[in-house]
Amino acid sequence: MAFYIFRRFVNYFFLSLIATCLAYVVSSLALDPAAKYYGRNPQPTQQTIDNILDGLGVNPNVPVLQRLWDWLVNLVVHGSLGTGVNGVSIGDQIISRAGVSLRLLLIGSLIGALVGVTLGVWGAVRQYKLSDQVVTYGSYLIFATPTFVIGVLLMIAATALNGAAGAQLINFTGEYSAGLSGSWWDLTLDRGVHLLLPTIALVLIGAAGYSRYQRSVMLDVLSADFIRTARAKGRSRNSALVRHGVRVALIPMSTFFAYSFGTLVSGSIMLEIVFSFHGMGEFALNAISQSDINAVAGTTLFVAILILFSSTLSEVLYAALDPRVRN
Amino acid sequence: MTNLLLNGSPARPGRGQTPLLEVTDLSVTFPQRGGPAVQAVRGISYQVHKGEFLGIVGESGSGKSVSSLALMGLLPSSAVVTGSIMFGGRSLLDLNDQQLSRIRGREISMIFQDPLSALTPVYTVGDQIAEALLLHDPALTKRAAQVRAVELLTVVGIPAPERRARAFPHEFSGGMRQRAMIAMSIANDPLLIIADEPTTALDVTIQAQILEVLETAKNLTGAAVVLITHDLGVVAGHADRIAVMYAGKLVENGTTQEVFAAPHMPYTIGLLRSVPNMQTAGTERLVPLEGRPPSLTALPRGCPFAARCPISLDACHETEPVLLVHGNAGPAGMTAPGTAAPGAPVAGLAEAAHVAACHRSDEIADGVLTRPDVFPRPAPLAVAHREKDQDAQPVLTVTGLVRHFPLTKGGVFSRQIGTVRAVDGVSFSILPGQTLGLVGESGCGKSTTILEILEMTKPQAGQILIDGRDVTGLGRAELLRLRKDVQIVFQDPMAALDPRLPIGDIIGEPLTVHGVKPAARRARVAELLDLVGLDPQMADRYPHEFSGGQRQRVGIARALATNPRLVVLDEPVSALDVSIQAGVINLLEDLKEQLNLSYLFVAHDLAIVRQIADTVAVMYLGRIVEYGPVAEVFARPRHPYTQALISAAPIPDPVIERRRKRVLLQGDLPSPTEQIDGCNFRSRCPLYALLAPQDRSLCESVDPVLELHATVQTACHHVEQNELAISASLAGREEDLVL
Repeated sequence: MAFYIFRRFVNYFFLSLIATCLAYVVSSLALDPAAKYYGRNPQPTQQTIDNILDGLGVNPNVPVLQRLWDWLVNLVVHGSLGTGVNGVSIGDQIISRAGVSLRLLLIGSLIGALVGVTLGVWGAVRQYKLSDQVVTYGSYLIFATPTFVIGVLLMIAATALNGAAGAQLINFTGEYSAGLSGSWWDLTLDRGVHLLLPTIALVLIGAAGYSRYQRSVMLDVLSADFIRTARAKGRSRNSALVRHGVRVALIPMSTFFAYSFGTLVSGSIMLEIVFSFHGMGEFALNAISQSDINAVAGTTLFVAILILFSSTLSEVLYAALDPRVRN
Repeated sequence: MTNLLLNGSPARPGRGQTPLLEVTDLSVTFPQRGGPAVQAVRGISYQVHKGEFLGIVGESGSGKSVSSLALMGLLPSSAVVTGSIMFGGRSLLDLNDQQLSRIRGREISMIFQDPLSALTPVYTVGDQIAEALLLHDPALTKRAAQVRAVELLTVVGIPAPERRARAFPHEFSGGMRQRAMIAMSIANDPLLIIADEPTTALDVTIQAQILEVLETAKNLTGAAVVLITHDLGVVAGHADRIAVMYAGKLVENGTTQEVFAAPHMPYTIGLLRSVPNMQTAGTERLVPLEGRPPSLTALPRGCPFAARCPISLDACHETEPVLLVHGNAGPAGMTAPGTAAPGAPVAGLAEAAHVAACHRSDEIADGVLTRPDVFPRPAPLAVAHREKDQDAQPVLTVTGLVRHFPLTKGGVFSRQIGTVRAVDGVSFSILPGQTLGLVGESGCGKSTTILEILEMTKPQAGQILIDGRDVTGLGRAELLRLRKDVQIVFQDPMAALDPRLPIGDIIGEPLTVHGVKPAARRARVAELLDLVGLDPQMADRYPHEFSGGQRQRVGIARALATNPRLVVLDEPVSALDVSIQAGVINLLEDLKEQLNLSYLFVAHDLAIVRQIADTVAVMYLGRIVEYGPVAEVFARPRHPYTQALISAAPIPDPVIERRRKRVLLQGDLPSPTEQIDGCNFRSRCPLYALLAPQDRSLCESVDPVLELHATVQTACHHVEQNELAISASLAGREEDLVL
């Protein structure tokens, strides 16, 4: 079994590598890092521009595969992701920003999964009842709403709440209040309050997907013969549903977890912009707008590694939940 | 199982006392959104006494399962249940789920049909049995429950129970899962075990094992058993009483002797006469029970069986008959003494009486209407009898056919770790106008054999000759012509017909392939529909508008479209209800006579093979172990496997069934990947167990080949000293054969 998971891990590793290389090639072909120098007044000499581009390793006159090779060698030999257009190492920038995004993503995706699974089970058990209908239409509504609209709506709601309370209960700009000083507890609380709205947004998006999927899996399980067997043994309906039903219905969810993590990452990019979080989402957006090829490749690698770990985790979960795949 | 031959003596039911279970006027309806409700069960009343074995018989949709789920409280919440169910002094319908869950599994337990899906896949078998114990005994420790679970697995005959208790359900075979289900059901020494078609999904040899285990379980716990089945043979051997259900009603209820010997309800008579019986099969035509049960959403006025009943009167279409005691003097000893007076209504007080719901039951009971009067046996089709030329060239000759599948492991760099010997040197031939029956347990290679024949490519080894022509190396055009001669009818008529094509197109499709013009095609389709007993006007209808039996007729018509010489019938009636089977079998027999067809008939139901086949080939693990004329093989089976198969098949006659001695096989079919030296049947062979050591060595070292004994070829070293033969023969002996 350990060997199987290791093999899957190696598999995902190569997929991540391919994804990163493709991102490097595509961004190299699509982005023109020289353009902003041509627009300057006075325009730098061609020699100067070439020097800058060569220094970053993004000169379009060098064949793209040669540049990709150099980038990879640099990554493997020096552990460096190159330098951004602002002259700062991409690796350093990612390290300083990754924490912000990961905190948001991990909390959001875990709570989202828990809420979604619970709502899905509940909806399946109460199929076509009012509560099920509400959850169903609610999740369709969330699917249909762009992420930034959800963010903005939450902000409006928070403002209204603050106004009604007459105090700044919920802060939603940035990750912490600038200039706040105090004990460790005060600082953590402050960060927590700032994290509240973007996390709610992520939980909503995650839960919408999870609840739909969990509901349909659970409906299949509800009519399964083994639930009837469990009840015939003397379990009450609810106890049979939880002990035998939910336990089996969770198995396919482990696969869904890996997929939905990717969607969540892209969703969080928008939310970081809306809530002025200086995380990886903002970084990725800036990279594209500034034609920073190294930053785009670095971001892709970062996301690929996240997906690599979430996919491997889902394999481990699958094996833990389903004895049938263990050998 | 330590005993190979078990003889279950039916426990004396405690009639006369307060019944253990009393169902009175039970009705179950399922309201439908925007439509009439489904009336699944309509006012049935029956009783089960302590230790009694009741068989509930009916076709699919008769309400037999629904009524049992109702008393377990396991119906979906949309079901509306009325009436009363008294169990041990409590009214089950008045209890809530919590209260019922304390009775379920402790006092009433249930065994379900499909052991594949009835166990939770993520918990070990031991844990699931222990769960049943822990739920009802809070004082029990987990450790003690596990120990008891292992004991229970031992009781139901699972080898190496300690290890097996730690296995997951997917590591168990179908038969072993059903044993585990039985272990679970007897865990708390219940008073009543309900078994809902417990053997329907299993092979006949495993079915015999499971029924014995059920009998053992009943004797150990003293529980009453309600066995729900569509198979009259299964109840004949085990049940004390039989209740027959039709369209949600109980139509007949009596002791097994009464119902089998002197049925009072035409439906029961029809069922009994339509089922092929291994003893009589092949000598006379089957009695068809035409038509289909009424829709439960639109029940006709009057008796629901009236439309299919050959002796229906006007009154039958007006009022629905109630369950009554009929007849003044049944055959001696058949009606229990001291029963209610004839004609007395028996609402809830059907105490030991033989009751039937039919306006004409009095005439039947008094012998005015005999059973052949009700359902006459159809006369054989009058066709010019063709001279069966034994020297004629066979339509199909298969010699030494081999199909091995490599078993590989690994994804990218796969390597072969074994071989599945699906077909391992099979030879047989079919003469024109003859039927070869191919029988064996699932996994023995029957399906692979027919697929190899139909594929018409060069086999891995051996030779396939169709009409004397070797299929190897034929060109495309020749192959297409040859394909006309060999057609197939599939098992499941529901799945084998494209639901989006009208049946005329389905039947005409083979003709399209062979380039027949549209006008000629239409004419041929009409002709074929007429041939299989369907109205040619129906050509534009879609498959869902037809019943199962009619769909199978469409499947037969499609197979006949190209005027084949050989039709491969792959379990053609096993997906059909019992009452429908006879009609299809009769049709197949008629068509064979009319069109001089040859059949390769694959089946697991031995009685049907006995009915239709001229020659029979018994397959085991990719080999044919016995091959010869059907009458001879059934009368004197020589191979221990054939003996076990025949003795495992239930006979719908309680007198014979209870006198028969069974040759039970041990365990399941071994994996076809195993390389077994010598005889590959050795591991399960009941004869091998009886042999002296010097005789055994032959079985262990030499692989037996088919040898001719009289007219039958048998692959066994010890045909001469096979003492099982006597006990396996259908007549049986009075004494037990003790091993």
